[in-house]
Amino acid sequence: MKVAVITFPGSNCDYDLYKAAQQVGGDATFMWHRERGLAGYDAVLLPGGFSYGDYLRAGAIARMSPIMEDVIAFANTGGPVLGICNGFQILCESGLLPGALMHNKSMRFQSKDVFLRVERADTLFTADYEEGQILRIPIAHGEGNYEADRETLEALESEGRVVFRYVDSNGGTSDGANPNGSWHDIAGITNELGNVLGMMPHPERAMEELLGSTDGIALFTSLVASLQTS
Amino acid sequence: MSQYRLEVRVKPRPGLLDPQGKAVHHSLNSLGWDGVGDVRVGKAIYIDMDAESPDAALEAVEVMCRKLLANPVTEDFEVSLVGEAEGADS
Repeated sequence: MKVAVITFPGSNCDYDLYKAAQQVGGDATFMWHRERGLAGYDAVLLPGGFSYGDYLRAGAIARMSPIMEDVIAFANTGGPVLGICNGFQILCESGLLPGALMHNKSMRFQSKDVFLRVERADTLFTADYEEGQILRIPIAHGEGNYEADRETLEALESEGRVVFRYVDSNGGTSDGANPNGSWHDIAGITNELGNVLGMMPHPERAMEELLGSTDGIALFTSLVASLQTS
Repeated sequence: MSQYRLEVRVKPRPGLLDPQGKAVHHSLNSLGWDGVGDVRVGKAIYIDMDAESPDAALEAVEVMCRKLLANPVTEDFEVSLVGEAEGADS
């Protein structure tokens, strides 16, 4: 089960993502953004960080990297693609996911643990969670405020493509529980086909009890299991 | 072929929250400008380029805006010709 972790100039969560994939039995390989070709890979992971220093807009320049043409083709043929934080921003910029991630409403970079509610446990990435399960996962971003046109937002909700939502520790949504002003407390969404997931929180930083939470593990075990059965 | 200088103005779309503009607005009010009602922060991008004609230059930069310089979900853009670039050879 081969997993490509794409490193862009300015990525800084690529090693965490690599380690997370290895921890659940994935055979992870780093790929530099200028490399080409994803033949033989079963999944693609886009890490967090500050690709190209967030110049112009977060993810806008990375989206033009040579490898992205292959990532788009891979996703369009149903290959699983996971983008976390800056990876989510790159997916939106590339058009693989709709909408955009704007500056946090508070204008502050938010680095802390948040609670997430699993809205869908029937995706490639979330089968090992329970629907409604509350997770504690860190965030670290300045631009995580999800926005799209009204029609897209309504489609995301009616098609059940919101996978994670920011909640409080009891699982309820509120302004206080939403760290960035994201519409409908959106923390993660999928594409129409369900094979591309973008999320702002960092499950790859919630893999060890020693580091505060193990709630991210099931995301990676879900992905690996889905690849082994497919 | 002449060299043209173009200015692209990228602005947050109306109706979308612009936290940066809000922060600047607040600071202007603190400095005593009570009359400031709204502030929105965009960006300007200057491009020098060779093109066959002013229209061709404008058209090319419009394409650049759609492909890279602006995000259609959150931003509007305007392109204008601000003259021939310094050192233009025609």
